[in-house]
Amino acid sequence: MEVELYEHSGEKYFVVDAHIALWDARPENQRNIHGKQFIDCFYDYHRNLSPASELWSYEQYLYYADRLMKDLFTDGYVDHAIFQPAYLGEFYHRGFGQTEEAWALTQQHPDQLTYNHCYDPRNGEAGLDQLRLDAERFGLKGIKLYTAEWHGESRGYKLTDPWSRRYLELCQELGIKNIHVHKGPTIRPLDRDAFDVADIDGVASDYTDLNFVVEHVGLPRLEDFCWIATQEPNVYGGLAVAIPFMHTRPRYFAQIMGELLYWIGEDRILFSSDYALWTPKWLVEQFVEFQIPEDMQPEYSPITTAQRKKILGLNAAALYDIPVPEELQIRAAPDEVPVASEAPDLRVPVA
Amino acid sequence: MTAVDSPLTPSSHPRAGRAPGPHDGVVADAVRAALGTVMDPELDEPITDLGFVSEQRIDEVGDGRVDVEVHLRLPTSFCAPNFAYLMAADAQDALGRIDAVREIAIFLDDHHDSTKINSGLAAGGGYRGTFAHEADDSLDELRMIFRRKAHTAAMERSCSALIRAGARTVEDLHSLRVGDLPKDASTDALLRRRLDLGFSNAPEALVMVDDRGAPIPEDQVPLRLRFARTTRISIDGNAHFCRGLLRTRYPGSGDDQTARADDPDLTLRDSHPTTPESER
Repeated sequence: MEVELYEHSGEKYFVVDAHIALWDARPENQRNIHGKQFIDCFYDYHRNLSPASELWSYEQYLYYADRLMKDLFTDGYVDHAIFQPAYLGEFYHRGFGQTEEAWALTQQHPDQLTYNHCYDPRNGEAGLDQLRLDAERFGLKGIKLYTAEWHGESRGYKLTDPWSRRYLELCQELGIKNIHVHKGPTIRPLDRDAFDVADIDGVASDYTDLNFVVEHVGLPRLEDFCWIATQEPNVYGGLAVAIPFMHTRPRYFAQIMGELLYWIGEDRILFSSDYALWTPKWLVEQFVEFQIPEDMQPEYSPITTAQRKKILGLNAAALYDIPVPEELQIRAAPDEVPVASEAPDLRVPVA
Repeated sequence: MTAVDSPLTPSSHPRAGRAPGPHDGVVADAVRAALGTVMDPELDEPITDLGFVSEQRIDEVGDGRVDVEVHLRLPTSFCAPNFAYLMAADAQDALGRIDAVREIAIFLDDHHDSTKINSGLAAGGGYRGTFAHEADDSLDELRMIFRRKAHTAAMERSCSALIRAGARTVEDLHSLRVGDLPKDASTDALLRRRLDLGFSNAPEALVMVDDRGAPIPEDQVPLRLRFARTTRISIDGNAHFCRGLLRTRYPGSGDDQTARADDPDLTLRDSHPTTPESER
């Protein structure tokens, strides 16, 4: 494998972007007002947390297939990226994530791209059949779930719902071992907190041979995510949405990293740009230089280079069996032996 | 806060289409105060401080009575509809407690469930009437979950401040009592959260208590405080995010946001200009 690795201050990094998308939110694909509201919401995230130099125009943000490879691999230092599509068929005629285009790119660049697909357990038996076909067609190692997906009369589901369990069981059978879970604002019934991650706790205990990657490290429920990840060794956290705080709110991002390293440790945190919400170039550049501010270091240990390497790529590479150049494997220097987080037993009621 | 943007003075607002009446100031203040009691359950802050109240309109209807129209705005179209409903319904209830108010119209603007929530509120349908098959019972338990989180975060702020000041160590926190707390904003906030949960605020009451008000055993205090910090950081982070997104979504709305006493960092202005709205 011939790759040019990102190098900074004499250290080389193998970068895996564990969450990217190729969406089409142009007006002709918007099925209703919600299609516009959804992309406008994304665009506000982009505008609010990106550095001024990295801002896209609204037009560009609607559809960007022609620049994806450049943004990720030419400019963005990414060595491998994983598609995590959202379907959103209630908002977009041809769906939000563009399966055929993403799959075509993946076939053209199999060393650089992995295509994860999505399913909706409310599709019942027919969906199970489709999942079998999709697993074979795409060679699925992972799947992306959006629990707040709208589906007819229903606007959300829990991973512990009976049909969801049947799909997870099929994932086990088909060798789809990485389940990426993205929580959203709606659920049925609305009596509950849609962002609650307790259902991930439930399925992580029941399906121990599957890995559950909680996108956005559980935000807006970071504490609940940390809680379940401490209890369940097969729960991981994706840094999408959290990592751009590094630019606008570095002290807050330092707290997030400090909390994550304390509760779940350096082996279960995955770098994710959430492209095209944000572009990886500035995220990678800033992350390799990011450090807990000195006045916060009594509370949090400084972040080591070895930890950055794991988070930026090695952890995701291990989940997806992505080959990593020999020189990039971690050989801990004597003064940089990462401190393993002792998972404390916290079996006390939270709520 | 500029006079033009201020929702405090209806007479200055472009949509208030009449001359100011004699009761305007008093009623406007009462309306504003009532809205200031409405909390965002997730962020544990008044909707008025967050900039979520975009407009209040007061129309005199004779007999010294008024009709009130309030518009709410949120950081995204996709903010959770159950929390959006709670805030709008709480605003309606709070205004209903003002004697001079006759009709109340609450509008949640620019949200994916605006139609559903606005018509539900107008019809007085309650939570179940508004969300029909999507509502099982009530939002009481949801509200309680976030009151508990708010208490946990407030407890951590107070205790960590004492530790930072050298007044206490983690080891002797278990014996900390309400009467030992300093007179400051953090203590006020904590006492309010305790009251919300029905805990005693007597001077001898213990500070380190669990979600049900039971004292936390001495050996569990360090870990509970550690987890409470994570809870506090999560809530603070959401507040950063929501305030920032509101300012991005509604240019100028930062003028309607008020600093939180115990986290002035929350009102930091955005570090860069956002792209022109005209591109949308």
